[in-house]
Formats: sequence, structure tokens, C-alpha cells
Amino acid sequence: MSKFLKIVAGAALLSATTAHAETGLGRVATPAEVAAWDIDIRPDGKGLPEGSGDVYTGEEIWLEQCSVCHGDFAEGTDRWPVLAGGFGTLTGDRPVKTIGSYWPYLSTVYDYVNRAMPFGNAQSLEPDQVYALTAYLLYSNDLVDDDFELSNENFLDVEMPNADNFFMDDRADTELPIFSQEACMTDCKDSVEITKRAAVVDVTPETEGGDETEEAAAVEEAPAPAETPAVEEAALDMALVAEGEKNFRQCKSCHQVGDGAKNRTGPILNGVYNNAAATVEGFRYSSDMADAGAGGLIWDDAELTAFLANPKDYMAGTKMTFRGVRDEADIAGIIEYLKSFPE
Amino acid sequence: MIDQFKGMKPSRRAFLRGAAATGVAAVGTKAAAEGEAAILNKQPWNQSLGAGVDEAPYGMPSPFEAGVVRKNVPWLTAESISSINFTPLHELDGIITPNGLCFERHHGGVAEVDPAEHRIMINGLVDRELVFTMEDLKRFPRENHVYFLECAANSGMEWRGAQLNGCQFTHGMIHNVMYTGVPLRLLLEEAGVKTEGKWLLAEGADAAGMTRSIPMEKALDDCLVAFKMNGEALRAEQGYPVRLVVPGWEGNMWVKWLRRLEVGDEPWHHREETSKYTDLLGDGQARRFTWEMDAKSVITNPSPQAPITHGKGRTVITGVAWSGRGTIPRVDVTIDGGVNWVEARMSGPSLDKSMHRFYYEFDWDGSPLLLQSRAHDSTGYVQPTKDQLRAVRGLNSIYHNNGIQTWAVNSDGVAENVEIS
Repeated sequence: MSKFLKIVAGAALLSATTAHAETGLGRVATPAEVAAWDIDIRPDGKGLPEGSGDVYTGEEIWLEQCSVCHGDFAEGTDRWPVLAGGFGTLTGDRPVKTIGSYWPYLSTVYDYVNRAMPFGNAQSLEPDQVYALTAYLLYSNDLVDDDFELSNENFLDVEMPNADNFFMDDRADTELPIFSQEACMTDCKDSVEITKRAAVVDVTPETEGGDETEEAAAVEEAPAPAETPAVEEAALDMALVAEGEKNFRQCKSCHQVGDGAKNRTGPILNGVYNNAAATVEGFRYSSDMADAGAGGLIWDDAELTAFLANPKDYMAGTKMTFRGVRDEADIAGIIEYLKSFPE
Repeated sequence: MIDQFKGMKPSRRAFLRGAAATGVAAVGTKAAAEGEAAILNKQPWNQSLGAGVDEAPYGMPSPFEAGVVRKNVPWLTAESISSINFTPLHELDGIITPNGLCFERHHGGVAEVDPAEHRIMINGLVDRELVFTMEDLKRFPRENHVYFLECAANSGMEWRGAQLNGCQFTHGMIHNVMYTGVPLRLLLEEAGVKTEGKWLLAEGADAAGMTRSIPMEKALDDCLVAFKMNGEALRAEQGYPVRLVVPGWEGNMWVKWLRRLEVGDEPWHHREETSKYTDLLGDGQARRFTWEMDAKSVITNPSPQAPITHGKGRTVITGVAWSGRGTIPRVDVTIDGGVNWVEARMSGPSLDKSMHRFYYEFDWDGSPLLLQSRAHDSTGYVQPTKDQLRAVRGLNSIYHNNGIQTWAVNSDGVAENVEIS
């Protein structure tokens, strides 16, 4: 440790002398360039843009863009982060570290939502939307009432319950002295017993050996997907396509369509309509979906409608962590929109 | 017509089958007192010509090494875009990790950055806010250093007890490569850090917009803005075209696809330094800014994925050790669960904040073993047991687990991840 302290002390001296080295390399950034990239927010509010948003507005955006992964009430789906609740669990057997129970600063919520969310469509939200989502997350954690509006004006008034429970790394005092003592080399203990075994827990992925080869072979030998039935060229209902495009926004955090579409969390959806399931190259489908595709599942109106209404009900093993589309008319729109990307 | 055996790429399974057949043949021919088939029979590669140059303009490992790959643990994360895979430590030797085997940890997938369109900006509390192109960057004086990068969550799944059978999974969130880059200090000097500039925010260009706060002392000490690893351009999954190197400190701070450095007077307390990578202790309080990675080691062979297959007799134990505070002058090894220890033999360069390689050769009598290694770093720190760590930090911590690892090897040479008293 003493060596490290010396290094730090030496560096501190240097910091006082970082004058221009004058290599002339690089150029001065324009104010517009700095403004375009300098989006970070600090606990003291530095960086917050002007704006405001309330819980109700936040809920609308939440249900459309966030609940797919984080659940309608920020409770989290599958292994996506739980963002609400968990109060009183930090000293328990299963701590649930949420925005409410754990995060020390509200500025972190604004900063992260603004820079990295929604997953797959980062930095697409306007300041008012980020304020609204932040307000909704406070509400989900019972930290504000449902009529609360958050803005740059009242941002610093919000107190986070766990703010005082973080402290600076203290290993130099609490660990290094204990762990820097002479090590015993002979007759260090009287007996040794095995107390825990990984084999009992049994969570290691795949065993070593030929299993992979076998699986790969099995896939190759699987029956080819049924021939795509001839589709009659039907004219698209453009009004419905436009309606569907709006509803497809909730799909966009995981799926891409159109020119240059790539597989993301979900596969490319170009040509999905009336084609065999699980056939997009390069996407790793769940084994259930791959089996269904190999077994001849065709994404026609009926199948797509059933799947989109409640994906997990339709196919328990699907990787699509999405609550489903409640309104059948919305589903019809999404399908019509997908039809407009035949290739 | 030249007879080539090009394209004959045996699967791992075919290879194993072949090896078994050879073994049988050896026994058979020994009975005939002639010798081993591997010697007596001509092999195809003895007679036919192999592939010419340019068959693989970018070379790949032998097909017999096809199983040497990074692997992930699917149940750990919701899906692979924000996830982690693991370096196959049990298949490697020496201290350098090959570029294609360096573990990956992304928060928004691998950004595909066009270097011609990439810029690095320095803003905030500086005399001049600057923008550099990749070409500008390469006109600064460069340095070469070998450093380990360990994820703060390495061995995190093992905090409460033995979980995963394989050092790839228990310890594989680490790699060790030689970086070529520009000292961060030179870029900051070019911009002129103001006196009140005590902190630096490093930001990535990926869809996670990864950010971390770094104290100015460290930024001016040994950090690099690196564009090469092991001599070639950074791999896309390691931050191509440019990443931050923060020697000895937790991997999350080594921001990939680095695009911005902001100088400020206070830390930013962003997501990856509050919600994540903080150590929740038993009393509900949490340690933050646990930057330096404590000294740690692991035996890579034998281990659950690399059992002893040769039976009793001469046996090589090997492994790796590292410390975020310096070098590793010494590693101890025990084969009896820590009753008696011996000093292992260190081999290879001993570099500051780099991985070190150790060996211990002994005659195995075929009885069960409880293997452990214990690193000593250049500050005098001795790698603690997991129980010692839990006594200080409680059961709910996850990150920064540098406890001693135990492998139980049975009389067949099969190894299992265990904890012992």
C-alpha cells in the first residue's frame, strides 16, 4: 500500500504542472460539438437540461418503451433489472438493489435513462420524456405521489432513501493490514473437510466432451422447414401500415426492419410474414422456437396474432421477453406493417 | 495432380475417436513387440502436401484446437448483448492472452466504429477543449505495456459458495495483453487541466454510452489511450479503434470505444459506479470506488475442465496470479487443502500489474488432492481465503472476490470446484 500512496502523491504533484505541452496536435472543439456530446449529469444537478415531466406522462412512455424488459411496474421481467421495491432487503438473505432501495443519487437515473435507454434505441428521448420517466420511476418506488411533476427546478429536492449508505473504499484500513501478515507454510491446520461442492449446485453450462458436436449434427439433420406456401400478392392497406408503424415502436428496442436491418436482441423481421419461423440467419433462437420452425411453423395471420397477443403463453420457451399487445386491432396493424417488408 | 489433404478438418469428436483408436492400436502392436502405430504407420501428413501460403490470410488455430474458445453462462444475463463470456484459462499458458480469446463484457453490444469517423474529445475544466482524430492520436509518443484487465465481477458467482465447475467460469473474466497507446497524461497536458480539475469522466461511443469517473491522480499516473493489443489493432469487442487502459483497476473503468474525456471537480456517480460495481456489505452499507484489484491467483491445470488424464506419476500444476498493486514475486501451492504449502516456481516476465505464471511439478501418488494457490504481491499482501473475505464483507457482496480457489481432484484425476474448512 505504501508504494501506491507514493505513486498517488507523485501524481498529485504532476497535476499542478499540466501546462500546455504544445504539440499542436488536435484542434479546438466548437461549442456545438461539446454541447452535442456533453450530456452527463452529476448529483449536484450539473448538466440537467431545462424541462419537466409528470408521473402520468412517464407511465405512458414506460408502457410503450420500457415495460417490455422492466415490467409494467418496474418489477423486471426474466433477468432484466428490477427497478422498483426491494426496501429493507439490503441486509437480508436476498438483497434487491433497485433505484429506490439502493441507488444513492437521482441524477444517476436521469443520466442513465438519457444516455443508454431505451435498450437498442439509446439517446432517442427528449428531456421532458426523461424527466417524466424519472418521475414514474420515483412513483414506482413509492417515493412520490401520482400527481408529482419532476423538473430541473425541483430535481435536487428529491431525497433518495439509501443516499447515506455509501462510503469510500476503506480496504486500506479494514483489509490490507489483516491480509498482509506472514503466511503459514507447514502444519497450518489439524483437519480439512469439504464444505461446499459445485457439483451439488450443478449450474455449469454444458459438460466437456462431444455434446456440442452431437447437438450441431442434430440441427443439421433436422427436417427442412416446410415449403413456404405460395402467397397471393395482396395489396397493402397503407392506413393500417401507418397505424402499425406507430405500434411497432414498442418492438423496435429489440427488432429491426428495412434496409440495413441487423439482428439485435431479436431477429430481423424483414420477410417474417407468411414465412417459416426461426429462419433468420445468424440469430440464435430459443430451442423451442428453432424446433417450431423446423417442425413447420409458418408465421401467418393466425399464428402471428396469437404470438403477439401473449408470447410466453403461445410459446413458453421463447426468448421474446414482451408482455404482448392487448388490442387485436393493434396486432393487425403491426402485422400489416411487417407485410410491408417482404424481403 | 498433387494430392493434398487440405479441407480435412477433423471434428473434436473425430479427433478423440482417432486418439482412442491409436491407443488401442498401440496396445495391440506392443503385444506384437513392434511398436506404436503413430510411429510404425505413415500418417497422411507425412506423405500428402499441405495447404499453401495464403490459404488463410489471417491465420487461425489448428482445427484440433477448435474447442479452445470463449464461453458464456447463459443463465447469468437476460441475453447476450448486455452480457459476458469467459477466457479459457485452462487452455492457455505463459502470460499473454491471445486476442481472440480475451473475455468480452458489453453493456450495449459490440459497437462497430469506423475509425475515420471516430473522434476523441477533451472538455470541461481544461484550458482548451480539444478534438483528436485517430491520426492525431498516433502522432503522440507511444508506449508499450503488458497489463491484466480483470472484471470486478470475476469470481462473483462464487461469493457465497462453489458454483461453477471450471476456472474458465470461476476466473475467466480476465485477460492479459500488451497495449500500445498514448499516455493519457500527454492528451490532458495538451488540453491543459485547470487546477480545480480533480476528476475525469471517460465515455464510450457505444449504445450503452459507458461512463466512469476516474481520479485525476490515476489519469496522470499510468493510464493509456490504447489502439493496439498484442501488436495488432484492438479487436472490435475490445473497443476498436481506441480504449482506455487503467492499469490494475477494475475492468469496467477501461472504457471501450473511448470518445470523450471530461475534466471536472467532482465524480459523476454514474450507474456503473453506484448501482453496479459497489460492494454491499453485511450491514447494508456499500463500499464505492473499490478500484484496485486485490492480489489473486488460480490453478488453471488441473481444474474441472482440465482433469489429470495421465494417471499417477509426474504431474504439472500450473496457474496464473496477478495484483492491481504491483508484481507477484511469490505464489504458494498446497495439494492437501492448506495443511502444508510449497513455493511454486515463477516463470516468464514479472511485470507491474500484469499476469504472472507459476508451476509446481510433483509425483502424484494417485490419492485425492485438495489444490489451492495463494498469491503474494509486491506490497506484502497475501491472497486471503474466501472465509476471510466473508468475515469482513458479509455474504451479500459480489464484486472484487479475490479469495483462494480450491479444486478437489479425485483418484481418477477428475477435478471439482469446492470449498473447504
